[in-house]
Amino acid sequence: MSVGIVSAAYISAAILFILSLGGLSNQESAKRAVWYGIVGMALAVAATVLGPGSGKLWLVLLMFIAAAAIGWQVATRVQMTEMPQLVAALHSFVGIAAVFIGFNAHLELVAVQAMDEASRAALTGFAGVLAHKTGAEVAILKVEIFLGVFIGAVTFTGSIIAFGKLAGKVDGKATKLPGGHMLNAAAAAISFGLLLIYLAGGGMWALIVMTLLAFFIGYHLIMGIGGADMPVVVSMLNSYSGWAASAIGFTLGNDLLIVTGALVGSSGAILSYIMCKAMNRSFISVILGGFGNTTGPAQEIEGEQIAIDTDGVAASLNEADSVIIVPGYGMAVAQAQQAVAELTKKLRAAGKEVRFAIHPVAGRLPGHMNVLLAEAKVPYDIVLEMDEINEDFPSTDVVIVIGSNDIVNPAAQEDPNSPIAGMPVLEVWKAKQVFVSKRGQGTGYSGIENPLFYKENTRMFYGDAKASLDKLLPHIA
Amino acid sequence: MTDATKIGSPKETFAGESRVAMTPDSATQLKKLGYDCLVETGAGLAAGFTDDAYRAAGVEVVDSAAALWERADVIAKVRPPEPSEVERLTPAKTLISFFYPAQSKELLEQSSKTGASVIAMDMVPRISRAQKMDALSSMANIAGYRAVVEAGANFGRFFTGQITAAGKVPPAKVLVIGAGVAGLAAIGTSTALGAITYAFDVRPEVAEQIESMGANFVYLDFEEQQQDGAATGGYASVSSPEFREAQLKKFRELAPDMDIVITTALIPGRDAPVLWTKDMVEAMKPGSVIVDLAAERGGNCELTKTDQRVVSDNGVVIVGYTDFPSRMASQSSSLYATNIRHMMTDLTPAKDGKVVHNMSDDVIRGATVAHEGAITFPPPPPTVKAIAAQKPKEKEKALTPEERRASELAAFKEQTKFQVTLLAAGTVVMLLVGLVAPASFMSHFIVFALACFVGFQVIWGVSHSLHTPLMALTNAISGIIVLGALLQVGASGFMVPLLSAVSILVASINIVGGFLVTRRMLAMFQKS
Repeated sequence: MSVGIVSAAYISAAILFILSLGGLSNQESAKRAVWYGIVGMALAVAATVLGPGSGKLWLVLLMFIAAAAIGWQVATRVQMTEMPQLVAALHSFVGIAAVFIGFNAHLELVAVQAMDEASRAALTGFAGVLAHKTGAEVAILKVEIFLGVFIGAVTFTGSIIAFGKLAGKVDGKATKLPGGHMLNAAAAAISFGLLLIYLAGGGMWALIVMTLLAFFIGYHLIMGIGGADMPVVVSMLNSYSGWAASAIGFTLGNDLLIVTGALVGSSGAILSYIMCKAMNRSFISVILGGFGNTTGPAQEIEGEQIAIDTDGVAASLNEADSVIIVPGYGMAVAQAQQAVAELTKKLRAAGKEVRFAIHPVAGRLPGHMNVLLAEAKVPYDIVLEMDEINEDFPSTDVVIVIGSNDIVNPAAQEDPNSPIAGMPVLEVWKAKQVFVSKRGQGTGYSGIENPLFYKENTRMFYGDAKASLDKLLPHIA
Repeated sequence: MTDATKIGSPKETFAGESRVAMTPDSATQLKKLGYDCLVETGAGLAAGFTDDAYRAAGVEVVDSAAALWERADVIAKVRPPEPSEVERLTPAKTLISFFYPAQSKELLEQSSKTGASVIAMDMVPRISRAQKMDALSSMANIAGYRAVVEAGANFGRFFTGQITAAGKVPPAKVLVIGAGVAGLAAIGTSTALGAITYAFDVRPEVAEQIESMGANFVYLDFEEQQQDGAATGGYASVSSPEFREAQLKKFRELAPDMDIVITTALIPGRDAPVLWTKDMVEAMKPGSVIVDLAAERGGNCELTKTDQRVVSDNGVVIVGYTDFPSRMASQSSSLYATNIRHMMTDLTPAKDGKVVHNMSDDVIRGATVAHEGAITFPPPPPTVKAIAAQKPKEKEKALTPEERRASELAAFKEQTKFQVTLLAAGTVVMLLVGLVAPASFMSHFIVFALACFVGFQVIWGVSHSLHTPLMALTNAISGIIVLGALLQVGASGFMVPLLSAVSILVASINIVGGFLVTRRMLAMFQKS
């Protein structure tokens, strides 16, 4: 295959990737979009493997077969509630790949520079490209390698920690080593120093020390961010993996890598922005971890939490005409989405209007709740965004809150001293009756008291969400 | 005798006043608050409450007004006190009655000098919490009802249309001007009797209330925005001369058709506006009736004579009575007494028979016109607005085409400015990079910048519910990094192919796993 055909394939692949991302604008076109992505990827890989500059086909094939088997296993076995972990884990793969490819680029560069003029001219492929670089170009290449490895390394450890937190293998609380962000800053500063040394001919050791420092930054940065901020973290890591690919694209002079990396990078950046906006927090404050300082004492909450039993909830639901269900991370933890779907089906069969209200940061991944509900076969046209449904709460008979807390906390609007003051929330308390399915009386992730639980029209439906709903189902007429 | 605080009601001294401020029922409730009740002998007789009825309710009947004023600590009455009555007040006493402080400055002056507390029932602020003591509304309600009944008594025909064996009777047409409490009560009574009822008010927001009572709202074709009723505590405000003209023109059109006109238009603190002029009366059919509920303040009709029933030259009856509530003394006394009782409840937070004059309470502060020797009128504006501010209706439509174009242009300019700034900054950065970087780098850099731009454009369109599939998909696509490894794997040596092989493996897992899981997720989304 000639360079021209490879370029043509790359252009097609880039366009297919763009169409693929654009196709996600609605559920129907999304099903087509994923095929665009697959075809684009196949084109790009095939063109590269068959094109100039590659080799060792047997090794490549072996790796592909192994990867396909592992990927297929993972993708078909994963539970929908485990999506956040999976996505985080996959990000780490991109990160480590970027680190290795960066190392390779350095090794090749060293090898090429050691050759004499004659053998350089004979080189083909990536080495050939390297051989023809001028002094300034080599300097830029070194910066690109350095950057690619740095971002890749941060993504790698960051994603592993995010995976650990989401899978419950690492404590979800925000923890920092003594010194906090100063440590990160110091590590970054030393890495910059190493870059200068590397440019001045520092060699492999500078790269490796920097990689270790970047590993530390990734680890420490994500350790310092709490579980509730995970939607931002995962989209941020998604963005990083894109930028890492882009940086490697610069190193290798491969435009498709640059384009695709930039697409992924900007996608992740926009997602992070959307998530931050939904929490009314700046990106910086999320990255720096923990909630901001309060400006005064929190408002006293009056009243008490009143519990209700299955019969009470069933009676209200049977009388209600309109019901809104607000799912949160608790639903995912309890694996209650099937029971929720069953409840929805029964209520709808009884002629009641049932809808779902999804807060942008519900769950641990952007769009997490939508995927869970879709898995349980809840039709997507009754699943609405916060902005679409917030005005309808006052005219709603019953709201069922399943395992969400901060996203329905009225303190965000009523208490200017609350740590979440100003965060847009679902105004469930405006409905005639609110049932909160919750395991116990504890506070939510952020540790903030929720005045909703003390409101006059709120009843607490204690117990595991799935068990409670299963008990409730036979009582629904 | 106990030494509990005593509430007493004297017989009204105003000529023709039949109401009384305490009924046996209200006395029973007052006693529950810990008060003893007194009443002057014969005070309730005109309203149908005998002394025996009071005694049966545990009220002590006192022989003379002098004795009552002497012994009672709280005096509840209906009409404003006479100067001679005011003289009997002492600093320890509290007087509760209608007072009209704005119109009776001298009386207020005199009352405050006695040191007594004076609570004016007509000054109770119009907020939701105070509705139970809003005596003006309860009296207006009765007046509105009575106005229709009075009109019926003076009207020679049926209200409702009938087709009988003796012939066809057309329904009466009633116009109610002013849809306050009295107006709405009149509308309700009139429609209940079967008349075709029209109603007008300067506040367009009451159209809904009028229509809910079964009347037709008379729309004015007039551009001017009336002041929001919420800003004036739910009362009408003065309108512009142009508006008044448009209003009169409409009335002139209606006058020949109307059989009964009931006017209730009042603006707080002013003479009643003249809305039904002499020529309108002349245009009406003989036998028609006008009931002017604003007669006390000069009347809405030009020919109204206060407290009199007059007949115009063309045979239109004009009723200008001012004592409609007093004409239904039993009903109005029991409502008024209940209002007073609610006021006492608010004044007795501990229900222990002790009056606590809490001047930081909006309602009590608003109604109190004299306290501890000082005049406390007018009150500061209440902290709670009576009525939620009217929502601006269809504001966007209200914009003229020019304004809309202007605002669109402004938004467009703003956006253009932002984009141009961004582009300029981007160009400058590009130029600076281009200054130092070699050409090979620049070509890649431009591709990179364009791709970022396309990415930003495309991702904004992604539906919120598909964010998880988006992440899985971008994740799969970021496996494109495999290309780098593919390009390096052919190199000689050991280390480079090994690292490349590992990279190919993990990046491919990413690709395969990412795409498969995305497909799995998307397949789940289904429409109902």
